[in-house]
Amino acid sequence: MGLFVEGISKAWSLIVSLDAEVLAVTLLSLKISCSATFASLVIGIPAGVFLALSDFPGRRLVISLVNTGMGLPPVVVGLFVTLFLWRNGPLGFLEILYTPSAMVLAQAVIATPIVTGITVASIQNLPANLKLQVQALGATRLQTVWILVREARLPLLAAVMAGFGGVISEVGASIMVGGNIKGQTRVLTTATVMETGKGNFDVAIALSLILLVLAFSVNYLLTVIQQRERPR
Amino acid sequence: MSEIEPLLEVRNLVVARGGSRVLQIPSFVLQANETVALIGPNGTGKSSFLLALAGLLPLESGEIFFRQQAIVPGYASTEYRRMLAMVFQEPLLFDTTVFDNVAVGLKLRHLGSREINERVIACLDRFRIAHLAERSARKLSGGEAQRTSLARAFATNPEIILLDEPFVALDPPARQALSDDLEKVLRESGTAAILTTHDQMDALRLADRMVVMQQGRIVQSGTPSSVNNQPANEFVATFVGMENIFTGTVTEADNGLFSVSVSGQSMEIMGDGVPQESVVICIRPEHVVISLTNPEATTSARNIFPCTVCKIVQLGLFTKIYLDCGFSLVASITNQSLESLELQSGSRVFASFKATAVHVFRKG
Repeated sequence: MGLFVEGISKAWSLIVSLDAEVLAVTLLSLKISCSATFASLVIGIPAGVFLALSDFPGRRLVISLVNTGMGLPPVVVGLFVTLFLWRNGPLGFLEILYTPSAMVLAQAVIATPIVTGITVASIQNLPANLKLQVQALGATRLQTVWILVREARLPLLAAVMAGFGGVISEVGASIMVGGNIKGQTRVLTTATVMETGKGNFDVAIALSLILLVLAFSVNYLLTVIQQRERPR
Repeated sequence: MSEIEPLLEVRNLVVARGGSRVLQIPSFVLQANETVALIGPNGTGKSSFLLALAGLLPLESGEIFFRQQAIVPGYASTEYRRMLAMVFQEPLLFDTTVFDNVAVGLKLRHLGSREINERVIACLDRFRIAHLAERSARKLSGGEAQRTSLARAFATNPEIILLDEPFVALDPPARQALSDDLEKVLRESGTAAILTTHDQMDALRLADRMVVMQQGRIVQSGTPSSVNNQPANEFVATFVGMENIFTGTVTEADNGLFSVSVSGQSMEIMGDGVPQESVVICIRPEHVVISLTNPEATTSARNIFPCTVCKIVQLGLFTKIYLDCGFSLVASITNQSLESLELQSGSRVFASFKATAVHVFRKG
């Protein structure tokens, strides 16, 4: 118990003193996870809309694969991204292994199925005839998609939250493709693992608290928007 | 050609959904300013027909012509779809204000904000929802939501409006009020309309023509009174409320009048019959007259049967009297008549109907 209290008080002083290293690690975490979430939204929302609205053979299989992908173990993603980016791997020429770019890539691979899956569900949860109604109002294909996405905007916020939540908190892939290099690829989760391993519980607690506050703040903000717009 | 050019024409239309054919319409025509009611039981293809006409369903075969121009279903027909509007059973409003909902179709057409404003306000007025303009569509009652949906459809000034059971989810007062307003708007705007309903009263009130559908096909098309009084077959007869349907055999025919034997009783019917022919005859319950004494001396009705009252069922303004005349007969009388006749179960009465009140079709 003493260890815990001591850890919290040390953590608090690290946070309020704006410790340079802690700040750098926090900012890098945010940068990588926001970039990965953004990439997953850019890919996942159009993919999800397409899967929800189109009809082609094998569509159900693809949706099942996406749903399975929503629970991809980060270490498996880390392993495959590492293999792809390895010197002799198919993407080895990019030479980005052990850089923040590799971490963004791995995190985007984790978040994209989450965003896609939630987008499919959000669009499919709209009233069955809404698409026909929009078309009957004289909408072009693009206008139809735009209106349907706009109608699904609140559940789509859940996609953003789930995507960000999934990547800010993962450690397996980040440590594998980033390598936890001080000043370069060290993020909150990888640093927490390392500090815990070293027995520096106070630093580990400080990093964990920051991680929790970050995850909470982003989700709180999105929840406020969602609840404010929610009917009645 | 002296014929008026139809607004919409369907030729040999076949539509399949989920692997089975849901529509087979060899021909259908809608004229400008005409209101057509498509009636038929649920699952008979009425909604699919409207969706096909709206260019929203792929056709297995056949063609749809708008002002004699063939249309291609799907996104290719955006220009055509912009000349139509469709209102569904559920209001399907967007998650925004009533005003913005009504403006959607106009925004999709990239109209200027001033024109959008004018047209939306005019439409809100027509459907008496101007006071709700700024309200969220999610906070409307069923009637208000359906009014918004109708206003949204009419705001685009469509050439044809397709209405898929627009009143079905409403309670009776809301339904009546909306039906009144819609009738007025249709009359004033002169928009051609096709309305699906399984309620004959809507069809009778709003439509110039009634089209009866059964299992994806049109089985009868005509004025509401002709469909009601001269149904084309037993299905239509049942659907339009001809509760008295009997199968009989023609016993004799003479000079535009023939007799049919039904359950051992003879009925005289106006028309041409062929002796020994098997026929189906139907009589509307409201054409059956009930009297306490034999009306032979006072009526021109040729069919008079002594009967016993089996059951009395009051239905709003009218009462149904189920009679046993050797065959079962249903009469519909006003509640005032019920009171003055002092009928009750077991009463002995006379049922009469005219030879002209009987509609006959050949069994086939």
